[in-house]
Parts: sequence; C-alpha cells; structure tokens
Amino acid sequence: MAKPSFQVARLPGFSTVAMLAFLALYIPILTLVVYSFNSEISMGEWGGFSWKWYEKAWANEAVKDATLRSLNIAAFAAVISTALATMAALGTTRRRVFKGQTFIYVMINQPLMVPEIVTAVALMILFGLIKTVTGVHGLGYLILAHSAFCIPFAYLPIRARLEGMDLTLETAASDLYASPWATFRRVTLPLLMPGVIAGMMLAFVVSLDDVVITEFVKSAGQDTLPTYMLGQMRRQLTPEINAISTGLLFITVAMLTAFFLLTRKQD
Amino acid sequence: MSPAEEDQIKQSARNGWLLSAPALFVLTVAAVGPLVIILLYSFLEAGKHGNVVWNFSLEGWQSILWTKDIFTDSYVWADAHLTIFWRSVKLSFMTTIFAFLVGFPTAWFIATRPPKARAFWLFLITIPFWTNLLIRTYAINEVIRAQGLLNTILMKIGAISKPLELVYTDTAIFIGMTYVYLPLMVLPLFAAIDRFDMRLLEAGYDLYASRWDILRRIILPIVKPGIIAGSILVFVPSLGAYVTPRVLGGGKQMMIGNLIELQFGQGKNWPLGAALSLTLLLIVTAALLYYVKVANGEKSHG
Repeated sequence: MAKPSFQVARLPGFSTVAMLAFLALYIPILTLVVYSFNSEISMGEWGGFSWKWYEKAWANEAVKDATLRSLNIAAFAAVISTALATMAALGTTRRRVFKGQTFIYVMINQPLMVPEIVTAVALMILFGLIKTVTGVHGLGYLILAHSAFCIPFAYLPIRARLEGMDLTLETAASDLYASPWATFRRVTLPLLMPGVIAGMMLAFVVSLDDVVITEFVKSAGQDTLPTYMLGQMRRQLTPEINAISTGLLFITVAMLTAFFLLTRKQD
Repeated sequence: MSPAEEDQIKQSARNGWLLSAPALFVLTVAAVGPLVIILLYSFLEAGKHGNVVWNFSLEGWQSILWTKDIFTDSYVWADAHLTIFWRSVKLSFMTTIFAFLVGFPTAWFIATRPPKARAFWLFLITIPFWTNLLIRTYAINEVIRAQGLLNTILMKIGAISKPLELVYTDTAIFIGMTYVYLPLMVLPLFAAIDRFDMRLLEAGYDLYASRWDILRRIILPIVKPGIIAGSILVFVPSLGAYVTPRVLGGGKQMMIGNLIELQFGQGKNWPLGAALSLTLLLIVTAALLYYVKVANGEKSHG
C-alpha cells in the first residue's frame, strides 16, 4: 500500500539537493581525516601515507596530558550524570502526573536551552569565587559542570526506555514478596540497562566534546583535548591537529554505532 | 477517592520528588544557580583590573548601547557593539534560512526512502550531529582557508589565480555555522515529515494540484511545527555561537558570544559581560517561548 506513494512523494530537485547536502557534510570531515595521513605539511602536496602526525601527537606531552584529562572528566561526568538521570527518570515516569513535574522537566532540560557561553561565564564567576575563598583548584569543578550539562543527554534515552516498559513484571515480583530493592535490582534495572548504557554513552560523548564551558571553567594547566586544540588553532595549523581530531572522531563514531545497535534491539 | 488511595498518590508524588532531588541539586549548583550570579554582577561596578567592585551601578547595562565619550563626558552610541549585534542577528537569520533551504529537501529525501535505507541516511545525518563542534569547524576551515582544499583545487584547475580570501570574513562564519548546524535543522524536519500522511499528496494530485501547490498548500502547512522546531534549534545556538566565529572570524569578526568573552578578558568589564549574557539569554528565552506558543497552538487546532 505504501509503495505507490513513493512516486507521489517525489519532488523535483529535492534528491539532488539532498545528495549535495550529504557531500557538503562529509567532504570536510573526510578531508580532515585523509590529510591526517599526509606526510607533507601543506595541503597542496600529497607526500604519501604516513602515521607521522599521530606519532608526533602521541609524543607530545601536552596532548597526552589533555587526552587523559578529557577521558578522566568524561568518565566521571558520564557515571555521575547517568546515575542522577536514572533516578530522575524513575521519579518522573510510570507514575501519576504530580504537581511540579513540569518544573522538573524544565530544570533537567535547562542545559539544552541556555546558550553555552552564558552558562560558561556564570560558572566561571561562581567557581572563581569558590576557588579564591577555598584555594582548591582541582578537577572537581570541571567534573561538576560536565555532570550538570550531561544530565539531559543521559535522561532522554533512559526515560524513553522506561516509558516502553509496563509495570506488570514489577507487580509480579512484589506479588511474590520481593522487597522493593530486590524488585529494582533484579527486575527493573536489568530491563532498563540498555537505556542506561545508551544514556551513559551519550553523556560521555557530550562531555568529551565540550569546548566552551571547559574553556571558561578550567584553571591554568587543566586543558582538555578540545580546549588544547582551540588554543592551537590560534597558532600554526599542522596536520597534528588533524590526527588528534581523527582520534576523537573515531571514539565518537564507535560510541554512536554501539548506541544505535543498543537502542535498535528494543523494537 | 478513598483516603488510602489518596495516601498512595501523595506517596507516589513524594517518591517522584525524592528520586529527582539529586539531579535537581546538581543542576541548581552548576547550571541554573550560577545564572543568578550573573544577574547580580550585571548591577555592580567594574573593577580596574577586571572582576567587580561591590557597588551598585547601572553602567554595565548602559554600556551595552552607549559609551561615555572620554573628552566630552557625554554618552554616544556604542557603534562597535551595534555592529556586533547586527552581525550576530544577520548571520543567525541567514544561517537559519539557508539551513532550511538545504535541510528541507534533505529531510524529505530521507523520509521518503524505504525503511532500511532510511535508517542508513538518518545515521549519516546523526554522525555529524554528534561530532565535536570544534572538529567540524576546523574541518570546514580546512576546506575554505587560503591554502585549503577549495583554493588548492580552484588554483590547480586554473579557475582562479589568487586564493579566495574567505577566512576571517562574515561569509566564512555564515558558511561555517550553516555547516555545523545543518543536522539540527534536518532532524526535527525529518521527524515532522515522517509523520506526514503521503495519501494527502494523492488526494492533492487527484484534485489537479500542481507540484508547487502541493508543496505550498499541503506539505508546508502540515510540517510547520517541524520547520519552527528546526529553525529555533539552528537560530538559538547560532546567536550564541562562540567557537565558530572565534575560529573562522579570527577574532576580528566577532559575534555576541565573543563580545561577552572579551569583557571577561582584555575588556575588563565584567558587569557589561554579565549584562550582555543576560541580554542573549532573554532573546533566546523569547524565541523558545514563541516556539512553545506556536507548538501548543498547532496542537489545539488538531
């Protein structure tokens, strides 16, 4: 029944524009990846395939340092935000609508609505005050800031998963005298797990990618990979940046592919 | 309703709040609460070497639009700021419109593929969507900069003799923002078109509508919520853009985001920076409220 409508749905020129759009989206990214393997420094010449820029980036202490810091922050932020988002999702789904629920939604989605630069400046002032008063300059500030803006990204897939689960299995468990905790651990959590993992991966990617908030919140010597790259872009551009970008790109694509496989199983 | 049932409802609401409380706490400390600090700082006096002096002052808000002339002590329009506002608004609108012109056919194309192919094309849109904004900005920079791909190719084939000077212009920022925000337009448009009942097109053609009529009088009105959602999703981050104009504008062609940063850096005018941040926040909030209003209006019309 749906078949003939594909003909009807044809609009002249639309497919061409779409193809051009896909080309425009991918040519710059592919260029960046290809030139990370160029042994020459300039784009004008192709000096043959080489791992040179990767080796150079990896030998660079600042890059190594920033990479480890990025992964460290992203891991903490992903775990914290996912734990908080899971609880909030359990609190806001599968129960009768309660007063203030809209308020909770708005709060959770707030990081998606406020321009990043505004939050960045606000956090810089607040954390700056705290840093002066306490003298503490650790990574905790970055982890806290990242945990906050990762919450909505972790929350969305978990909530979607929960809304697709009915309460019958949980009711059955409690009918069989399982304690609420046992029911949660043995029934709810295993069923919810794909959503939780998906949420954690999104949070991880979002934290790993953050530039603006990190740039304003970090203390001296706390560069993450993106802020390091932003700093480098002011100076000479070498394919080393391409190599670092390709590395980050690889992590993102791997995570996304896993995410799609995880969420597809649902249906 | 029996008292027992009422108790149960109360209990359920309490659990809802308790479970959400930790998330709300972190969001209050590190996302919503700090906004109050900006409000406070916007009404303080600027310190000589940055930061603030704790005296009440309206200077921060005033200097958004006016600057004090050092010689005559009178207030004159802050031309530099007005130029930056105008550039921000102009480029954001251009980005939104162009992203729609490209994004609508793209979303239509994806939504009209058979299901298996559709998942593939959608995945192709999602990858750039989740790819680091800085990397994508850098990638487009690699294409349009003086010794970049575009100029290299154009010079090799002899179309131009001198590299095009695209980088550090408004055009570069416009190209860059359209490039990085295009997926934000395509995704909501796709969602709207995906729900569109293609049989309406058959009905339209049966009634001798032209393709143009079909597009203008059937498709566009029905997918309007998706168009508005996509436009807001592109317009809002464009207006607050910081990374793209910094990299592609080279510090010369500033947008509001860069102007804000400047006040907390070399500008040493934190109250002005705070006032500018709140102004940006107000504009974004207005845009979002408009969206909510239109979206709700659509729902009640059926």
